[in-house]
Amino acid sequence: MKLPQIPRLSLVSRLPFPFTAARTPIAVDPLPDKRRTGANYDTEWARSFGARMARLGLLEGVLTPAMEVLAVPDRRGLDRLRDLADADPPQPVIFAANHHSHVDTPLLLSSIPEPWRHKTFVAAAADYFFTSRVRSAASALVLNAIPIERTRVSRRPADDAAALIEDGWSLVIFPEGGRSPDGWGQPFRGGAAYLSLRCHVPVVPVHIEGTGRILRKGKNRPSRSATRLTFGEALWPGEGDDSRRLAVRIERAVAALADEVGTDWYSARLRAHRTETPPLSGPDAPSWRRAWALGDRGPKRRRPQERRWPDLG
Amino acid sequence: MPRPGFVLDVDRSTPPLLFWHGEGFRLEKLPPERTRVIYPPEPLDPMKDPQAAIRRALLNPLGDSKPLPELLFPDMKLTIAFDDVSLPLPPMRRPDVRQRVIEAVLDMAAEAGVDDVHLIAALALHRRMTEAELRHAVGDRVYDAFAPSGRLYNLDAEDTDAMAYLGTTESGEEVEINRRAAESDLLVYVNINLVAMDGGWKSTATGLASYRSLRHHHNVHTLQQSRSLMDHHRSELHSSNWRMGKVITDAGVKIFQIETTLNTDTFPSPFEFLMKREWEWTARDRALFIGSSKSLARTPSRITRQIFQSIKAPHQMTSVQAGEVGPVHEETIRNVHRQQLVEVDGQTDILAMGLPYICPYNVNSIMNPILVMCLGLGYFFNLYRNKPLVREGGVLIMSHPTPWEFHPVHHPSYIDFFEQVLSETTDPLRIEAEFEKGFAEDEWYRHLYRTSYAYHGVHPFYMWYWGAHALQHVGRVIIVGGEPRSVRRLGFMPASTMNDALEMASDVVGRTPTITHLHVPPLLLADVK
Repeated sequence: MKLPQIPRLSLVSRLPFPFTAARTPIAVDPLPDKRRTGANYDTEWARSFGARMARLGLLEGVLTPAMEVLAVPDRRGLDRLRDLADADPPQPVIFAANHHSHVDTPLLLSSIPEPWRHKTFVAAAADYFFTSRVRSAASALVLNAIPIERTRVSRRPADDAAALIEDGWSLVIFPEGGRSPDGWGQPFRGGAAYLSLRCHVPVVPVHIEGTGRILRKGKNRPSRSATRLTFGEALWPGEGDDSRRLAVRIERAVAALADEVGTDWYSARLRAHRTETPPLSGPDAPSWRRAWALGDRGPKRRRPQERRWPDLG
Repeated sequence: MPRPGFVLDVDRSTPPLLFWHGEGFRLEKLPPERTRVIYPPEPLDPMKDPQAAIRRALLNPLGDSKPLPELLFPDMKLTIAFDDVSLPLPPMRRPDVRQRVIEAVLDMAAEAGVDDVHLIAALALHRRMTEAELRHAVGDRVYDAFAPSGRLYNLDAEDTDAMAYLGTTESGEEVEINRRAAESDLLVYVNINLVAMDGGWKSTATGLASYRSLRHHHNVHTLQQSRSLMDHHRSELHSSNWRMGKVITDAGVKIFQIETTLNTDTFPSPFEFLMKREWEWTARDRALFIGSSKSLARTPSRITRQIFQSIKAPHQMTSVQAGEVGPVHEETIRNVHRQQLVEVDGQTDILAMGLPYICPYNVNSIMNPILVMCLGLGYFFNLYRNKPLVREGGVLIMSHPTPWEFHPVHHPSYIDFFEQVLSETTDPLRIEAEFEKGFAEDEWYRHLYRTSYAYHGVHPFYMWYWGAHALQHVGRVIIVGGEPRSVRRLGFMPASTMNDALEMASDVVGRTPTITHLHVPPLLLADVK
């Protein structure tokens, strides 16, 4: 006679104490979560000398060449960082970019110039990049990621990030909190602005264009496509700034960079001064029209010609 | 704290001294007890926040000018003119100071809602700038915003329809400058003042002018009376430009002048040792010098030229001032002097100098023999105030390979000048009288200037005139290590070594002459007492 199959998990969960852990009584405060993954994952080892050397090798030997092939990046506006780059000692900064794809992080890391290139950490979603020990270790090693909780406010990730910035590390953060679901931007959250105000470091707005064509949200296999990264003028927290106000400034700056990519710098400046910069979030319209409007965006590509004359020298 | 320039009296303990030699170097031991070396001041500390300094200058102009935002309004015609590829030297690393200034000006124009903006490379009769050079000067953002729609372009001084005649000075000098600039509601000129000769009214009256206008001060008489070109109180070139400036003002052209000065941080790593005094070279510097000079000597000239032309100077801004031309330029000159002035006692019998690989007219190009003459006799000889470093009738010794080489695209008229004119005479007055008009009005040279990347047909004449004061002043010019054929064509004497050159000079200045070595670049301005 064949016995009916009982799901294993439900069998375990039905086992009584002491075969399973006892529930904490409601009247008692639970003990601190000792889980080694998620927001509690300790990434300090990823800043050790060995891990840094391994990451340097990975960045220069694997990620950067891979991005050159996959994303064919056109990097603009690096000259705007010259004065900050010349600061002695090096000035930590927060790179705040829009977010379309998983390709954004390696692309941005492979585009950040010295002196920040090898002293940068990434704020990564704890519920995605730190769900298992292996994934957490990989995120920490390759991206120098620290876990940030998206779903609730927690002090520890902010403290960790602030401590690293004060220690001279620069942060890469995507203030939208996640990849774009439809190719348009989402409202910027206050994390980058909060850290900028708390540590008094500048925010460098970055606009990334084209990574959605490589690996948009919901897609598993990347396809090769050209991208453009535009670095903006660093934004220092002003005297009257709070997190919300600064977050709005950062979002506007990234939107102005997007406008610059879509039109040209002077037209973007004219519109910015008239407060007519198109928002990153796209038109307030039904989804098909938003998808339709995406076609208007993107750079009018024109590659600089380094040498137009035959070399007769 | 950067150290000022100084004059070293050479004694037996003085090490061999560095001489530039085109795309290479020489170490020369000069006679002790009667030789001195003039070292340039160290680079001044740059401005801490250049962006803020530029904005401050635009908002607080000098002279009677209003702040820039008050001069901008929505329906106006705005023209921004800027210095061409001849400045600075070597080209500075990005972002170029012109880009910083132009972006600040345009940001204010955008705030005022100005739509009609043109940007003009004020190159007078120089060659047109290539796209890459324009991008380097104004930045990709400005280039991409204006060049594709034809609103950023090189001046064409031979386009008669695009030039406007504004009048004549009291000395009879005709003033003709670019029409768009002259007829704009505001002309903003963005300048880089590398040496004291640059800037002021020379920016507009020369940079935006045509041959019709330029011939009145780019001539032998004016340049022989400019003593020196770097001393604006004693420069006839300066006076002529100032007279023309008055005509431009009287014609109603409204100018907002923005002038910047740079420090003398000239060579990036690994060539920083070229800015140090020889006895301060570290083991690394010495190893680099030996390695680079030996390897450069064995490298084909085409490759060494590419290596040197790719150098981007780490120049940084030391001042920026804006407003009315006169007061702005006074302040600029003060800042140039703050960086470059070195006091020197008295003149010398022999002035020795090493000529580097670059001058204003061979950026991304070849330093041909005419440019060697212009750099040595036109520029370096004129790096003085009060009196020339070398006495009248003295000897000028320059070190440069002086190859018989020309860039056929950039310098076509130079080739003919060298072959046809210098083979006849090297006398500037005769050259001017007999040959200038033919070259200046030659249709083929005009065509190449307008449509290719060629210097104007008359440009080699101006190079020769630039050295006219030195030719008149010195008794002999000797080029050490120069190709004999081309040196003789220039009318100078070739010497294989410095000792040979000193021996040859003894005919003119005796057996025990005093010698001064002008240790440039980095640049300096000798204040000769």
